[in-house]
Amino acid sequence: MVSTTRTGPAGLARAREAAAAVRDPELPMLTLADLGVLRGVEADADGTVAVAITPTYSGCPALEAMRDDLVTALHAAGFRRVRVRTVLSPPWSSDWITAAGRRALAEHGISPPGPAPRRAAGPVPLTLLPTRTAARCPHCGSADTEEVSRFGATPCRALLRCRSCREPFEHVKEV
Amino acid sequence: MSGDSAYDAIAQEHTGDARWAFGTGFTAPLAGLPAGTGTAVPPDVPAGDLAVYCLMLGDDALVLAQRLIEWCTDAPELEEEVALANIALDLLGQARLLLTRAGQADGTGRDEDALAYFRDPGEFRNVRLAEAGNGDFGRTIARLLVFATWRLAVFTRLAGSADPVLAAIAAKGVNELAYHRDYAAQWTLRLGLGTDESHRRLTAGLAALRPLLGELFAVHPVEDRLAGHGAAVRPEEVYGEVAAVLEQVRTAAGLDQPILGTSASAPPPPPPPSAADSGRDGAHGAELVALLAEMQSVAREHPEATW
Repeated sequence: MVSTTRTGPAGLARAREAAAAVRDPELPMLTLADLGVLRGVEADADGTVAVAITPTYSGCPALEAMRDDLVTALHAAGFRRVRVRTVLSPPWSSDWITAAGRRALAEHGISPPGPAPRRAAGPVPLTLLPTRTAARCPHCGSADTEEVSRFGATPCRALLRCRSCREPFEHVKEV
Repeated sequence: MSGDSAYDAIAQEHTGDARWAFGTGFTAPLAGLPAGTGTAVPPDVPAGDLAVYCLMLGDDALVLAQRLIEWCTDAPELEEEVALANIALDLLGQARLLLTRAGQADGTGRDEDALAYFRDPGEFRNVRLAEAGNGDFGRTIARLLVFATWRLAVFTRLAGSADPVLAAIAAKGVNELAYHRDYAAQWTLRLGLGTDESHRRLTAGLAALRPLLGELFAVHPVEDRLAGHGAAVRPEEVYGEVAAVLEQVRTAAGLDQPILGTSASAPPPPPPPSAADSGRDGAHGAELVALLAEMQSVAREHPEATW
């Protein structure tokens, strides 16, 4: 009975709010909603809150922590029956990072992604030269930046360097 | 909520079961799909074949991931160590999804851990290219270039699979594999156009792997049957595309010998192994036995371990 009430329209709104406020374990300046990995919060017929999340990359090890943090947050908000499921399709895109999320990244010294590549159907084109980046240096604002390594501290981040102030910085990859 | 410090994050209450323990505690990557709405194999796709096919693609990724992490602490530069570990992590993620799918499709209810840690070498279905020892950095890059190019071509097509779960896994993997292939291709150029020594090592690495390349394009009966149902890719179909991409890299890197032959002259792929020598049917070398012994030893010694 209680759970039915809690997952009525008002309860569902609260559940969504609680889930949306959970922070990403690897990029704690972002909420899961900012990062675009929170795909839905619904109430099942039996009153269970069903949260859907999508991994940024197939092997993202933070997925387990996200799942636990969502359960913990929803329990704390009074929802006792919570299920978190993984959805794979459509695959996560960096385009799903919100405007607020992009600001938060930049404020914390991480350059937000540009538009994700739009690929036509068919073979994926090969890139033989290091990617020219449109990223701006989060330290000095210069657009004169270069990619050091496309693989960074987490699967979603690349390592860049500013050619003006010479500082290295992290960049969320376009995908 | 995540704490602000690593300590807070560890100390906070977790309501889940034991975490970060070996072999248990990790929740399946396809977890939580409501019964019947995501995990059911479509009625016109033969489930047994689908399970075997997912093992083939999953084992390729699992075994190569294990090989790549052998570079941790040994890579030539920190950036390359991080890159190889990241590529391994992507492949491990693909393997977890594919093995989970295999366990769902074969009806045994085995999870990813049961399939990864409790199968013997003869039950692994990876191509032998994946299990070959790393050799030096040149050979590692040569293998990654061929493997990522081939797998990307397969996954691009597999994104339209009649099995919606396999299609979703493939669609997600395409973005990752495109990064892997570009990484290997750019290193191929640096090594090929670098010093005489780097050129020599890359060339030697490619030559050493050549006998293993035919297997990538040999059509296994399981692939043949599943392709008839729109669920799998017949790997011979990707030969032209793979050869063309490798030729583009080869010429840019100044290498003398075509890796697979040019798309223009389109020579046939290297001969596939006989069935008795096919990794797809469980025939593997001593290198895989040693790799699995290391990978599986703790799980087998402490099958219920949690901490």
